Amino acid sequence: MPLTPDPYNLIISGIGGQGNILLSRLVGRLMFRAGYQVSIGETFGAAQRGGGVFSGVRISSKRLYGPIVPQGAGSMIISLEPLEALRMISQYGNPGVKALVNSEGIHPVAVLSQKASYPGDEAMSEAINKASEKAWLFNATRIALELNAPIAVNIVMLGGLVATGSLPLDEKEVADEVKASVPPHLAELNLTAYRRGLEAVAGA
Amino acid sequence: MAAIDKYEPGTSHFLLGNEAIARGALERGVNFVTGYPGTPSSEIVPALAQCAQKGKLHAEWSTNELAAVEGAAAAATAGLLSLSAMKNAGLSLALDFITHLSYTGLGPKGGACLMVVCDDPHGHSSGDETDSRWLARFATAPMVEPMTGQQAVELVKYAFDISQKHSAFVFYRGYTRLSHASNPITMGELPQDAPQASSDNSVSLNPYLSIDKHQDLLAKMEAIRAEFEQCPFNIYQGPDQPELVVVASGAGHLAAAEALETLGLEDRVGLLSLATIWPLPIDFVMEHLKNTSQVLVLEEVEPFMEAVVKETLVDNGQGEVAVFGKNSGHIPMAGEMTPDRAMSALARIFGLEAPARDQAYEQIIRQEVEPLVISRGLSWCAGCPHRASFWALGKAIKADGRDAYVTGEIGCSTLDVFPEGKEQIKLLHSMGSGTGTATGLGQLKPFGYEQPVVAVCGDSSFFHSSIPRLINAVYNQADMLQIILDNSATAMTGFQPHPGTGNTAENAPAPALDVAQVCNSIGCEVTIADPFDVRGTTKVMRELMGKQGVQVLILRRTCELVRMKAEKSHPYRITIDQEKCKGTECAVCSRDFRCPALYLDPVTGKTAFKEQICSGCGVCVEICPFKAISKQENN
Repeated sequence: MPLTPDPYNLIISGIGGQGNILLSRLVGRLMFRAGYQVSIGETFGAAQRGGGVFSGVRISSKRLYGPIVPQGAGSMIISLEPLEALRMISQYGNPGVKALVNSEGIHPVAVLSQKASYPGDEAMSEAINKASEKAWLFNATRIALELNAPIAVNIVMLGGLVATGSLPLDEKEVADEVKASVPPHLAELNLTAYRRGLEAVAGA
Repeated sequence: MAAIDKYEPGTSHFLLGNEAIARGALERGVNFVTGYPGTPSSEIVPALAQCAQKGKLHAEWSTNELAAVEGAAAAATAGLLSLSAMKNAGLSLALDFITHLSYTGLGPKGGACLMVVCDDPHGHSSGDETDSRWLARFATAPMVEPMTGQQAVELVKYAFDISQKHSAFVFYRGYTRLSHASNPITMGELPQDAPQASSDNSVSLNPYLSIDKHQDLLAKMEAIRAEFEQCPFNIYQGPDQPELVVVASGAGHLAAAEALETLGLEDRVGLLSLATIWPLPIDFVMEHLKNTSQVLVLEEVEPFMEAVVKETLVDNGQGEVAVFGKNSGHIPMAGEMTPDRAMSALARIFGLEAPARDQAYEQIIRQEVEPLVISRGLSWCAGCPHRASFWALGKAIKADGRDAYVTGEIGCSTLDVFPEGKEQIKLLHSMGSGTGTATGLGQLKPFGYEQPVVAVCGDSSFFHSSIPRLINAVYNQADMLQIILDNSATAMTGFQPHPGTGNTAENAPAPALDVAQVCNSIGCEVTIADPFDVRGTTKVMRELMGKQGVQVLILRRTCELVRMKAEKSHPYRITIDQEKCKGTECAVCSRDFRCPALYLDPVTGKTAFKEQICSGCGVCVEICPFKAISKQENN
């Protein structure tokens, strides 16, 4: 199945510890199994200590691309945190970019130390919408907290991604992959998180 | 993630570049693996340690990179296949041994040894972006470097072949965008047998009569170069009569391929991609440069290949060929290779437009998006003992009043120098260097130096390289306070065990060396405190700063991430009395202490806290000047 655009450059961003690496690998595995070439570029190490982290997932039906997404060449930005979504849009955005964003903000330490102020929800939402072709903003953290599983935000977002229809991802195949990727006793919880994400974005 | 030996031959799985290197080593039958953690190399040793098997594969975290390369080289002289993994900074430490190892080779037992060094172009997780390719030339040793994850697997096997055939260790260079990229990798067969190890007493492996051995080494390098001429991983793609040839290595290969595709230059430009970096396969390179008048070299950080290509062209009477790259200003000297950099260089040479963002969209980004994007600096985790330790240190220095000077080194304590740290450390370099620099300063009294000197190091660094420096301090009678932040982990790189933790890379029990005992035996006075007892720690710091000689203060408290993994619950529940809290008027807990769980609520103007971030360490209870924060045991 041809991809538009090809290569499809998916950026997955968040804060260290939010699970963006697992999310990028889940999407990578699914797309590879669907017959595409996939490269995932990550930076980690010091980045996990409260800093922003992101992965670039480059998907193509043509050939293997390097792990670095060129500037302004993002196809879709999935962000587990809205400020990080803006950071990614400013670097990888273009008139055709799509954005799937968890609206729950996490304050950088610079905000606590009063060196900077965190932008308001409305300002962030407005900027994300203006700078993308289509944007889906929803509170994935609230859903995860309702399930008593704040760690499952990434799986809620995966459900959201499937609901956007931006990638050829089959609802059931994704569910199977989620189940296979987590310890058995957490499978049901993650599947619920996945479905809740799907519903939240499908209903938006 | 499954252990990498569980994947069936012929199947494909996503592997991190470092896991691909490990899988290649496994497929070639590696027996003895050593290393010290350092981003971006840290995943190689654990991937192999997971597959450890008695008599077949041993994998260890060594005390430091020097011990690591010595162990690996020795195993190769006993006929085994060995690998040592480290980051670029670690290779600098190991170099003394390695330069001699080139001269001796690996002996006659048929062993082989790879020194895997992962560079960090752009310094994503490093204090520098030094380029270890120069060290291959410096050490007169062969070096290879893969371009993709799959090639990383195959090239390990090739490098082991070269090492075994020529009785020479081989440098295998990784880099962040290989080590930390994931790709689907097709698995090969795993061997069943392991060689038996023994040493050969009929030869002495030493570098002396070094002129003769140097001559032999140069002949060996020439033989390796001849072999590199045939290396199947050096490839040329493109027209027979190219207008320009791109010479690429490592990350340069995929960046160049993408740039040529985007600019539509694939029929006009050749792409010569090299996996054998040193010695350069001169004939192979010249074969593909002879029909062009222009060359662009795409490589990361230093113009290493660029220099060698220029030498080669001049030596072969083709000095008139134009060579573009770093020295010509087409590629920046600092920073990593990206498709954008490759595109911009090619566009400039060919007079083409590099792809750029739509003007109107660029306006939206500049006016609507960028003003909102504030920085998100690194900081210690909620509940990190280091935050409490540095808080106490700041208080102690202030109370002491003599402008004490703090030296530091590498690890999570380094976060102190970042904008969201406590900014106490003012002199910080390599692993363990806080102790060495403090020793220098601690001997400056005769020169009028009046400030107390405080060195800070972590527990893994203490074993890695602080100990010899501490011995130097005692021997030369420096006046200094050595603070050892003992959080029972190599925390920054991912909680790897070390000689103090009581377990090995293979997760087997090991003798746990006691930091206090080591310091005692060196002759230091040792005090132990709990950094979560902020007042007590501050008091003892102040006392020790007033003493002569080498004082050691061990601040013992397990890394919060390690503790949480083991205990899975928080010790305390925190409540903030909104009446007592002075909020914006005070802000000591949020603005100054900077625990990520505490923030000033813009609506109430008082301190609030994020329960999902709070680790329940209870330190904020101690630092609140108005006793507004309290803790209850969490059962």
